[in-house]
Amino acid sequence: MNLTLKIWRQKNAKEAGNLVTYQVKDISEDMSFLEMFDVLNEQLVHKGEEPIAFDHDCREGICGMCSMFINGRAHGPAQGTTTCQLHMRKFKDGDTIVVEPWRARAFPVVKDLIVDRSAFDRVISSGGFISVNTGNAKDANNIPVPKQDADNAFAAAACIGCGACVAACKNSSAMLFVSAKVSQLALLPQGAIERESRVLNMVKQMDEEGFGNCTNTYACEAECPKEISVENIARMNREYLRANLK
Amino acid sequence: MTKLDSKIPEGPLETKWTHYKSTIPLVNPSNKRSMEVIIVGSGLAGASAASSLAELGYQVKCFCFQDSPRRAHSIAAQGGINAAKNYQNDGDSTFRLFYDTVKGGDYRSREGNVYRLAEVSANIIDQCVAQGVPFAREYGGYLSNRSFGGTQVQRTFYAAGQTGQQLLLGAYSGLERQVGLGTVKMYSRHEMLEIVVIDGKARGIIARDLISGKLERHFGHAVLLCSGGYGNVFYLSTNAMGSNVTAAWKAHRRGALFGNPCFTQIHPTCIPVSGDHQSKLTLMSESLRNDGRIWVPKKKDDSRKPVDIPEEERDYYLERRYPAFGNLVPRDVASRAAKERCDAGYGVGTSKMAVYLDFAFNTLRYGKVEANKRSIHNPSQEELKKLGQEVIKEKYGNLFEMYEKITGENPYEMPMRIYPAVHYTMGGLWVDYELMTTVPGLYSLGEANFSDHGANRLGASALMQGLADGYFVIPYTIGSYLSKDISTKAIPTDHAAFMDAEKNAQERLDKLMNIKGTKSADHFHKKLGKVMWDKCGMARNEKGLTEAISEIRAIREEFWKDLRIPGTQNELNTELEKAGRVADFLELGELMCQDALLRKESCGGHFREESQTPDGEAKRDDDNFSYVAAWEFKDAGKWELHKEELIFDIVHPTQRSYK
Repeated sequence: MNLTLKIWRQKNAKEAGNLVTYQVKDISEDMSFLEMFDVLNEQLVHKGEEPIAFDHDCREGICGMCSMFINGRAHGPAQGTTTCQLHMRKFKDGDTIVVEPWRARAFPVVKDLIVDRSAFDRVISSGGFISVNTGNAKDANNIPVPKQDADNAFAAAACIGCGACVAACKNSSAMLFVSAKVSQLALLPQGAIERESRVLNMVKQMDEEGFGNCTNTYACEAECPKEISVENIARMNREYLRANLK
Repeated sequence: MTKLDSKIPEGPLETKWTHYKSTIPLVNPSNKRSMEVIIVGSGLAGASAASSLAELGYQVKCFCFQDSPRRAHSIAAQGGINAAKNYQNDGDSTFRLFYDTVKGGDYRSREGNVYRLAEVSANIIDQCVAQGVPFAREYGGYLSNRSFGGTQVQRTFYAAGQTGQQLLLGAYSGLERQVGLGTVKMYSRHEMLEIVVIDGKARGIIARDLISGKLERHFGHAVLLCSGGYGNVFYLSTNAMGSNVTAAWKAHRRGALFGNPCFTQIHPTCIPVSGDHQSKLTLMSESLRNDGRIWVPKKKDDSRKPVDIPEEERDYYLERRYPAFGNLVPRDVASRAAKERCDAGYGVGTSKMAVYLDFAFNTLRYGKVEANKRSIHNPSQEELKKLGQEVIKEKYGNLFEMYEKITGENPYEMPMRIYPAVHYTMGGLWVDYELMTTVPGLYSLGEANFSDHGANRLGASALMQGLADGYFVIPYTIGSYLSKDISTKAIPTDHAAFMDAEKNAQERLDKLMNIKGTKSADHFHKKLGKVMWDKCGMARNEKGLTEAISEIRAIREEFWKDLRIPGTQNELNTELEKAGRVADFLELGELMCQDALLRKESCGGHFREESQTPDGEAKRDDDNFSYVAAWEFKDAGKWELHKEELIFDIVHPTQRSYK
């Protein structure tokens, strides 16, 4: 198939960017979206032009590095799918596809489609852990966890930290990301000890990073490639209230 | 000539590690606070080492090329992590895990190292659970296990098909906790380009800030390379796009010997190549072989749909050839068996280079169990199928979804089509028992070192090794070195050795930028990959390897004449990053072929066609090749071989049999 691409080009964080139009030909429907970008970049290098900078690594939907805003949707049109797992069979010959970086104050553009998501790391380092030093643990089966709790914790822990939730939200809120980690650890007995300080610290850091507030549009859940549930946001709100009342 | 001393402690196998731990010199807490450790890589080995060393009090600097340490490729590991817990009461023990691993590695690993790995395996699970890693559990709330290849017990702990993700996020949370406490300084989007050696000791690195393009000098009393494997030398592999050998290779060029470079693991169950555009291959976890049966049609070029081929016309070739282990033979054996069937003309799919992995049989089996659990009497086939599919979905749901996204086919209805692909490299930097390379103060952990898996790694053992090295080995062994270094003050980075190393790195970057040829880095990478796969892949022979060496040299020459990198080096330049990595792969590829050529025996994943048993199994030659080949870099294309003799006191090497 032949496609017209309108892609955000921005030299660096300081300069302004704009959409540039490119054509690609003979794209196979078995290609992933990023492989289609490889074809385009190979063309650009061949012409001596700078290829489009984009984040990607594992290309199997788990590292959370890829981050394209495709036709107005985080990771494009397929449900529960990262950009690297989006395949060209979801598009038609002759389509025009607009590709932009994540847009959020807390995720400044680094270059072209690459943004700085280190705010997420700082949120985790503010409290997204259990304070256990190596070597202190007791036998794993001494902490039985009801299967349902373990399954719910796992479902929350499936978050890949890609930032699609922030990109999809009109307020650029990071509530889904933060609540997924708060939930995972709050659901497990191991996480109970630091339950209050964790949620308070993480929410404080989230606000300091400049993420917006949650207005319950659920756009985050709709666009999350791992389909993390907004129930986690409700759980975090309860955790937050509980911690404040203590 | 460097003398290879493996430093395996004296004494009985079972007490070596305990004895070592209780007799090594220690560094007192106040001295630890003034000592700096550099860690390159933030995967399971790097992140676990960073947090564990920081907890002890060392000042840690950790580097990764991705935008966050959580992206390291350990995250993509699917199936599970082994540990000798014997929670299933099925006869597992430290000794059995040790034995399985030595045998699985086809008797090309060190007994002392492997026993220690088996010994600390149980602590890893405890540590991860304490961190909040959500492993799969049974209804009673206890941990669940499954089987992996090359073993007859259930010792694999897992979190659906996302075990690597959950373990890495656990290690990452520990790392980020230390970042928050100020004991680890994290350098994301940085790539190590040189090791700084002062008076024969590793004292720091030169790293490139990938956003500004600037070179930086960093001092450390010791340097740990936890930079993963080099499977991407094949271009197409299950590794992440950015996975590379650069850090290890720079260390190799600075004097660290490279052990067993030709030992590559070709994983049997991956999604087959679909076209020239393909940028990577995707693994379908080995855990699927618990419930998936592998077969091809008995008739050549059978074009019927798999569901239309009756049971008696199918060849379940693994069950036929290896009745004792069946579909759960080790990876090297399963891969070769798939290649054998496809080469003989029984392959399936459009390319005929694939075999079926079929879940129909076990879906019905699970359906029956579920029906009983729910007291459904006389269920129909359709009901059984539906109930069984729910169980399959819970165990492997994300893998089935991934398969469907990539191929556009529904594996609940049709068997998967799979074929072997490059997955893991057992070779790596040579290290002793303390995980130190031949450069004092320079360590290597995880997949980046060569130490524990011999010629073939068993499934679910990579996660175990990465975390063993980082959580439970290096915190002890590094003390043995640093305790002698407590009076060394931080060396200022304007020291001549730092300037020289930086100059070296700078000249290399200039050289790459100034070629101004016509072809992209990927162009050369693909060419290299094809040579490696065709001639140094699943089957190797003298003629092919000799050809490969001269072909790689020719590609290397062309690379340095005709490479094109647009843009400049003082900015984020992804083509420059790729080019630097491909340049290193072009040297490594040749070394792998040299190593494979020299090792005239077959062992594990290294299959020399000249050395096989009458029924086509790998035939070792213990009289001549029971050693680790450790290569010393002399000049591009020139190496000197050193040998570390392998001594087996406990396990007696025999012809491996899974029949």
